Amino acid sequence: MEIKMQGLTKIFTSKNKKEVRAVDNVDLVIPSGKLIGLLGPSGCGKSTTLYLIAGLLRQNDGKIFFGEDEVTETPPEKRGIGLVFQNYALYPHMTVRENILFPLQNLKIEKQEAIQRTVEIAELVGLQEMLDRKPKELSGGQQQRVAIARALVKKPRVLLLDEPLSNLDARLRLQTREEIKRIQRETKITTVFVTHDQEEAMSISDEIVVMKDGVIQQMGEPQQVYDAPLNLFVARFLGNPQINVFDGEIKNKEVLIGGMKVGNTILPDQQVTVGIRPEGFAVDTEKKSPFKFEIDMVETIGRDTTLIIEVESGEGGILDKKTFKAIVDVEHRINPGDMVHFKVKPGKLHLFDLSGSIL
Amino acid sequence: MEKKNNLRAWIYLAPLLILMTVFTFYPIVNAFIISIYKDYQPLANNGAGIITGYTLQNFLFIFKNQLFWISVKNTFVIAFVSVPISIFLSLFISVALKNIPKLKGFFQTIYFLPYVTNAIAVGMAFAFMFHQNYGLFNAILGWFGIDAINWIGGTASWTAQMGALLIYTIWSGLAFKILVFTSGMQNIDKQYYDAAKIDSASKWTVFKRITVPLLSPLILYISITSMIGALKAYNSVVGLFGIQMGAQPYSMMTIVAFVYRYVSGYTDVGYISYASAAAIILFIITVVFSLIQGVVSRKRVHY
Repeated sequence: MEIKMQGLTKIFTSKNKKEVRAVDNVDLVIPSGKLIGLLGPSGCGKSTTLYLIAGLLRQNDGKIFFGEDEVTETPPEKRGIGLVFQNYALYPHMTVRENILFPLQNLKIEKQEAIQRTVEIAELVGLQEMLDRKPKELSGGQQQRVAIARALVKKPRVLLLDEPLSNLDARLRLQTREEIKRIQRETKITTVFVTHDQEEAMSISDEIVVMKDGVIQQMGEPQQVYDAPLNLFVARFLGNPQINVFDGEIKNKEVLIGGMKVGNTILPDQQVTVGIRPEGFAVDTEKKSPFKFEIDMVETIGRDTTLIIEVESGEGGILDKKTFKAIVDVEHRINPGDMVHFKVKPGKLHLFDLSGSIL
Repeated sequence: MEKKNNLRAWIYLAPLLILMTVFTFYPIVNAFIISIYKDYQPLANNGAGIITGYTLQNFLFIFKNQLFWISVKNTFVIAFVSVPISIFLSLFISVALKNIPKLKGFFQTIYFLPYVTNAIAVGMAFAFMFHQNYGLFNAILGWFGIDAINWIGGTASWTAQMGALLIYTIWSGLAFKILVFTSGMQNIDKQYYDAAKIDSASKWTVFKRITVPLLSPLILYISITSMIGALKAYNSVVGLFGIQMGAQPYSMMTIVAFVYRYVSGYTDVGYISYASAAAIILFIITVVFSLIQGVVSRKRVHY
């Protein structure tokens, strides 16, 4: 089921009458049968968007469609959604079985069928052994799966997950994210999940939607958004270690950082902000490139070497930090104190205007 | 170090312990002892009191006393009718209050007023409201074409008197229960209600399967304390009927009133022992009911 939002706006008014546009005029089409990650820093409006889709919050303006069906004014229970809450909201006094049966009983599903569907869904999420336990007797990951089962058992049109992995420890997180992806693939249900963790979003989403201040910054396949960010915010938000950002300028079709040439462009002369991801650097073994720095620290992990370069403020035009990082092949055998000439790999030079939009 | 802390704890507890020993533990133990005194005359022998031995005849005297059985019947009716009704009503009102956020404060105050008002004063106001000719209740019944009921007048039936007493008891007990339930509901995670909404639960289902189970520890607490309170009913009867304890003398007698009747006749031989024996029977009844409630509810209360 495709989800379409048109001009969706949600305004919260705080006690001192200050208005916050948590979701600001959002136009978004979520394709049918895909797993979509809504990604952004906290307070960016991603959870609000999810709750607007669920109908638990009421929009101030705009429309929401499920397929051809307008659901803007439809109450949550009639929208046909399954929602997994951040802390799961499993009813603590009911067993796993009762929790999963609860929506079916409310929908007046015939008893035999309800029982059968409960067993089926429990098998799908791998909980058939746990049906008679209470939520507090389960681990966090198991509780999460009960919540997913409860959301899926009524065969919703859309599955929504609010920060599904944030309450799990690191090991379970990896396991659970594979699990979510598998369940989504098997059920082919249109799924939207919210996260502030870019790695989580990139690893399981078919497409990601990056939000900031209630506005959608970019939507696309994770790798495509990573490779071609539309603005500085997206460029900075995705990627670990973070992208390196420099003050630069374009002069005579050449891109310069601190007067050193790092690449060519067809753009006219102007001041620019240059973004280069750590893995966008290559070592110039012929030492011809003018873009050179003395290396301060070297961290080698596996096949990658991370070079950390400290820069005096202003020197090299470093914009927002006192250091920058380059990840290069371990074969280069670089030691602290070495002078390294860097080249920028093709397509790895991101040029933004001073307001942060891609050029 | 640990020993020192222990001593300090005892010192902190001392004031309460001393007061409780003097005014609670000692009287309880003493009541047990007095209840088996034979022919006790507390004022004789220059106030030292005299007895002629020990006996269980005091209990027999009570069991043979018709007034005691009237008291037991009245007390049980008050407890078993008013407690469930008032718990259900206060749960219902608490849910309703939760759904009207704007007027909540106003209504909470109104519902809480009985709690801070003197029971005797309220009882007298109710006595007037139950007046056969000028009372509010009969006026309301009149709107529906129902004939005026003689609630508490001199020839009122037992049923009418008990009805009036129950209405008054339920009403005056609502305040505290509503206070406890509304604050309890505030502690229920709002996400359960959001989840229930997503799960298409009707309002009644939400009440029955989410609110009540999640409040069950408080419901148990309230049902035990108000059961104990109802078994000790006394001032509601005095407020409504005066010290005659009923439209006809003693018709609305309760166990505590029975105890008091014999306490106030303490100058007569053995009366204090009868009062103590009745008090001990009430104590045993209270303990038994509390235990039964605890056991019965074990399966239904979710912590």
